Amino acid sequence: MITTKKKELKTILEYLEGKKNILLIGCGACAEQCMTGGNKELLEMAEILKKEGKNIVDSLLLEEACYSLLLKKELRQRKKEIENTDAVLILSCGVGVSCATEALPKVPSYPALDTLFLARVERHGHFTEGCSLCGECVLAFTGGICPITYCPKGILNGPCGGVVDGMCEADIETPCAWVAIYTRLKEIGRLEDLKRTAPPKDHSMKRKPGKVVVKRNDFKKIY
Amino acid sequence: MTLKKSIEEKIFTITAEICPPKGTDTEAFLKKARLLKGKIAAGNVTDNQRAVMRLSSLACSALLLREGIDPVFQITCRDRNRLALQSDLLGAWILGVKNVLALTGDHVSFGDHREAKAVFDLDSVQLLQVISKLNSGENMKERPLRGGTAFFTGAVVAPEADPFEPEFIKFEKKVEAGARFFQTQAIYNMDKFRNFFEKTKKYNVKILGGILLLKSAKMAHFLNENVPGVNVPEGFVKELESAPDQLKKGIEIASRQLRELKTFCHGAHIMAIGQEEVVPDIIDMAR
Repeated sequence: MITTKKKELKTILEYLEGKKNILLIGCGACAEQCMTGGNKELLEMAEILKKEGKNIVDSLLLEEACYSLLLKKELRQRKKEIENTDAVLILSCGVGVSCATEALPKVPSYPALDTLFLARVERHGHFTEGCSLCGECVLAFTGGICPITYCPKGILNGPCGGVVDGMCEADIETPCAWVAIYTRLKEIGRLEDLKRTAPPKDHSMKRKPGKVVVKRNDFKKIY
Repeated sequence: MTLKKSIEEKIFTITAEICPPKGTDTEAFLKKARLLKGKIAAGNVTDNQRAVMRLSSLACSALLLREGIDPVFQITCRDRNRLALQSDLLGAWILGVKNVLALTGDHVSFGDHREAKAVFDLDSVQLLQVISKLNSGENMKERPLRGGTAFFTGAVVAPEADPFEPEFIKFEKKVEAGARFFQTQAIYNMDKFRNFFEKTKKYNVKILGGILLLKSAKMAHFLNENVPGVNVPEGFVKELESAPDQLKKGIEIASRQLRELKTFCHGAHIMAIGQEEVVPDIIDMAR
C-alpha cells in the first residue's frame, strides 16, 4: 500500500488561490486506508473549501486513483459538471495527480497529499515501510529482511560502524537492520549468505520513469 | 618514513586523525599538522566526519603531502556515487596520496546538512573492491585504465561491536576485498580488544588500535549520547570527573592505552577530535 500524509491546509489554499471552481478527486484504495483521501476526507475538504469561498464542481471517489483509464471514463461521464473547473485537487498519492493531469490537460491539478512510501499495514492506521521498489530484489540473501528498506544507508554487506548495542545509529530506538538479518540468517541456518560479498547494486534496474508492458502471450506462459 | 614502510618493517606505527577546517582558512589545520610531523607515521584526513561539511579530505591530504606528512585519505560512500569515488581516488593518486581508508560514512542525520540526499551507492566492502580494481589498473567495470593506482588500502573495524559475529564477518569481507591495514574504532575495553586482536592474527593485515582522546567528562557524556558506536565506560568517566585538570587526565588515559597497545599490537590510531595539538603529549607520555 502507498502511504500518504495530508499537506498543510495553508499550502493547499496557496495552490488554489484565485481559483473558484474546484474538482476534488479521492482514492478508495490506499489513501482511504491512510485516512487521507477517502470519502470522509473528500467531504471534509469540500466543507473547508466551501468556507473559503470555493465552489466544488464535483467530488469523485475513484476505486483506485492510479487507474488512468478509470479516471478518464468517470470524467467523460461528468463532462457537463466539470466544464468550468478551474483546478483539480487530488487526495491521493502522486500517481493520482499524474493521472488527473493527463486526463484534464487544460486544467491545473494539485496534490493535497505528500506521498511517503510503500507500506506494510501493521494494523489500522499503523504503517511501516515494507519495500523500496529497488528493481532487483535481494531478499533471497538477507533472510527476507530488506537492507535497502530497513537500513537507512541501504548497504549490502553487513552492519556499518554505527551499531550501538545492536541498535541503529540513525535512530537509536530502532534495531540495526543488519543485526536483524544476521540473527535471522543464523536462526534459519543460512549464515553463509552473510559471508558472501554482495556486488554493487545495479541501479539501471531502477531507471526512471519505469515502464512495464505485459505482452499478451505472457499471460499463458508459466516460466 | 611512510605508513606502508613503517607497517611493513614491523615498527609500532602511530597514526592520528587531523580534521579539515570548516572553510578555506587552513592556518590552524596546518599548524596542528606541523606539530604532529615526525611524531606520527601518517595523518588521517577525515571526510566530512559525522556528516558535517568541511574542506575536502582530498584537498587536505594534498596539503599534508606538501608539509611532508604521509596522508591517509579517508573516503566515505555517503557523499559520492561510484563515478565520483573512482574519479576522486584517481585524483588522489596523481596528487601523490598513497594511503586510502575506505569507510561507509556516518548518516547525514547527524550532520549539519540533514536534508541532504545520502548516496551510499557502494558500501565500504564494495569500495575496497573498487580500490583493488584501480590498483590492478582497471576501473570497476574491468576496463583498463590509462595509468592505475597502487594504494595502500585500509579499512575500519569495531573491535567491541555487540553482537560481534556480524562485525567480524564484515571484517573478513574487507580483508578479502583488499584491506591491508585496519584502524579500529575507539578501544574502551582492552581485554575485549586483545581477544579481537588474537582473532585477526590469521589474516595478513595490520591492526592499529583506536584511541579516542577524552577531553573532559562532559565530552564523554556527550559521546555516549550522540556519537554512533561510542560507549565510554563508567570507569573512565569517573576518573575524568574527579580529576582537577580533565584534559590532562584524558591525555593520561590515552597514553596509558597507547603504552599497553605497544606491548602487543601493530600500532595505534589516535583520534583527538579537534585537540590534535595534544597528540604529541600522548605519544611522549607513553614512551
